[in-house]
Amino acid sequence: MKPLEGVTVVDFSQFLAGPYASLRLLDMGARVIKVENPDRGDLCRHHYVSDTRVNGESTLFHAINRGKESIALDLKSVAGRDAAQRLVQGADVMIQNFRPGVIDRLGLSYEATRTLRPGLVYGSISGYGEDGDWAGLPGQDLLAQARSGLMWLSGNHGQGPVPVGLPVADITAGACLAQGLLAALYRQARSGEGAHVQTSLLEALIDLQFEFLTTWMSNGQTPPQRLTEGSAHGYLAAPYGVYAAKTGHLALAMTPLSALAKALDQPELATLDAFRDREAIRQRLQVVFAARDATEWEADLAPRGIWCARVRTWEEMQADGGAVVQNMLKSGGHLARVAAPIRLNGTRPEPQGRGPALNEHGTALAREMGFALPA
Amino acid sequence: MTPDLPLAGLRVLDFAQFLAGPVAALRLADLGAEVIKIERPQGGDMCRGMVVNDQRMGDDSLVFHTFNRGKKSVAADLKAPEDLDRVKALIGTADVMIHNFRPGVMERIGLGYDAVKALNPRLVYGAVSGYGAAGPWKDKPGQDLLVQSLSGIAWLNGNDGDGPVPTGFAMLDVATAGLLVQGILACLVRRGTTGKGGLVDVDLMSAAVDMTFEQFTCFLNDAKGQPRRHAQGNANPYQPAPYGIYETADGHMALAMAPLAKVAELLDCPAIAAFGQDQAFAQLDDIKAVVAGGLAKKPTQHWLDILEPAGLWCAPVLDWPEFAASDGFDALDPVQLIRSESGEEAKTTRCPIRIDGMQLRNPAGGPALGADTETVLGALTAPADA
Repeated sequence: MKPLEGVTVVDFSQFLAGPYASLRLLDMGARVIKVENPDRGDLCRHHYVSDTRVNGESTLFHAINRGKESIALDLKSVAGRDAAQRLVQGADVMIQNFRPGVIDRLGLSYEATRTLRPGLVYGSISGYGEDGDWAGLPGQDLLAQARSGLMWLSGNHGQGPVPVGLPVADITAGACLAQGLLAALYRQARSGEGAHVQTSLLEALIDLQFEFLTTWMSNGQTPPQRLTEGSAHGYLAAPYGVYAAKTGHLALAMTPLSALAKALDQPELATLDAFRDREAIRQRLQVVFAARDATEWEADLAPRGIWCARVRTWEEMQADGGAVVQNMLKSGGHLARVAAPIRLNGTRPEPQGRGPALNEHGTALAREMGFALPA
Repeated sequence: MTPDLPLAGLRVLDFAQFLAGPVAALRLADLGAEVIKIERPQGGDMCRGMVVNDQRMGDDSLVFHTFNRGKKSVAADLKAPEDLDRVKALIGTADVMIHNFRPGVMERIGLGYDAVKALNPRLVYGAVSGYGAAGPWKDKPGQDLLVQSLSGIAWLNGNDGDGPVPTGFAMLDVATAGLLVQGILACLVRRGTTGKGGLVDVDLMSAAVDMTFEQFTCFLNDAKGQPRRHAQGNANPYQPAPYGIYETADGHMALAMAPLAKVAELLDCPAIAAFGQDQAFAQLDDIKAVVAGGLAKKPTQHWLDILEPAGLWCAPVLDWPEFAASDGFDALDPVQLIRSESGEEAKTTRCPIRIDGMQLRNPAGGPALGADTETVLGALTAPADA
């Protein structure tokens, strides 16, 4: 039995952060019903990254919404709102990411829904919280990254800001929401008490930087220093970073300089200070590593206990990564897909094939929950 | 802790060191659980000695307090039979345990999942590894930068022509911790119906693939290989122009998804309009070069004043001093003060989840090594026969 079997989630959210939270719940056994606007549905259906499409819809829609049910409801109409309320009455969890205030006007605020469905676990995800000057701003991943200070942590000294090249704010915020919802579900099962769980892209990004921010707030706000090349962590000592080899690149994690000096037969390295001299160390190491291919360095150093890895592309990761990587990447059918990042009792949940067509389950849901599907 | 927090009454044993495991336990603590660290008597969690940027709080590194605030500490040598018996008795009283030993180590100690399940069938057992228990990489160190390097993530940041650019903080450790929390809580929900615990395995590599799952799904389905990063201001290789970072006359700004015609109009730059919307992928570098030329002429605030009211998705790029001084930061009130047992204080961030409008805060610092050994173990009755 998957852990969340029997749990029903009604998901009013769009794009990535909210739907990522419900995807995580789905993989662990929950039933997820997407409520979409009848006009075009989740905006993500039409949001193409690269030009990859599956049956005319964006690939990423399917990646995020595989295995979910879809019902189209116009929440501005009385009939649509009534139907939404019936869905909420039959649910354990509700998720929404409307801009602050909108949900109240739709009659689906936490206060309104808890009288409809006592014990409901209600999740809200926003860009920047519900108060203050930023509350009304678009809750978009890159823009939240830009505001959070995080863009000055990657890349090298002298460079401008370097964003994380994946939707890190959306995914971490969705993950935080999933955690809060699950904690509240646990309490609900014991006490019957519902909960309103809230997070935002910005809170999630602050949490993601919490190690650095704690250091920074306690050191007189001395910012982390990026290296001139191969920088990977602004507060860590040498040799932490990425080095260009004759071909390819080698990443080195925390390694005592004395161990590295011995492994590379460079005794003078051990006489340097790992933090104060980290630029000088980096330059020396760069010369050493340039002499051989990254593949050779990895094969030579890793077995000797040096924390290193050759930097790989996705093709190389697929080729070299073995079972864990293979099991996460499901090919076959008309849509290859990425499975759940978690194993339960030793088994990875099997990902469902694709996302639903808009309103694919509308009629069936209306029959099940006992309401008339609005015209 | 506040009694009505969702996880009040739950007991978590944290055998993990460093980052992903302890951070998962920290989240459970913030949500109301009692978390007891089980540490080796000599030195404890290695993180206690991992002093970053020369910052300490009491005898331990500031980083240790960041990851372990609000927890208890029991010192026990798992290789000594007497201590192991006491720990087994403690496991009998727990709801959750978390460890991040390399695959096989806990089995050798006698605390593998099957053994622990026999001791306490209701227990939810969470294990963190770098790369899972099998495969060619299983013995590599499960370290954030190395997993970023192996998983292709280092080729998503930075620009075309750059070498690999890792994300400059422990992104995958934090993501892995979050996944572990989700799996553990889901099993606890199930336990409410079945009375049985469960085993949750997470690893940094799976977390890396999951963080890129949106882009990875494109890669798996488009047969084009590794995506090419934009020539300048790259922020996601799969996004069309104008998505990315731009230099202005006095700083930097970010532009998210935006129709090219609208960008052309607002920047008063007809050269952008010369590109059709259907060229936003194929000619993204050319288009971004023109946009960059336009934005470079005026300061950031000039552009924000024009673009934001027009509904264009843009933001100034802030550094920490600017961010910490902003209204947005203030409104979230994300900082809390923690105090070590010796009375030293430090600022850290709070839990990013709010429950019933309440911010989850806990002023306790990390525990001194073994601070709670007598209280916790002394409360146990003799271990039941296992």
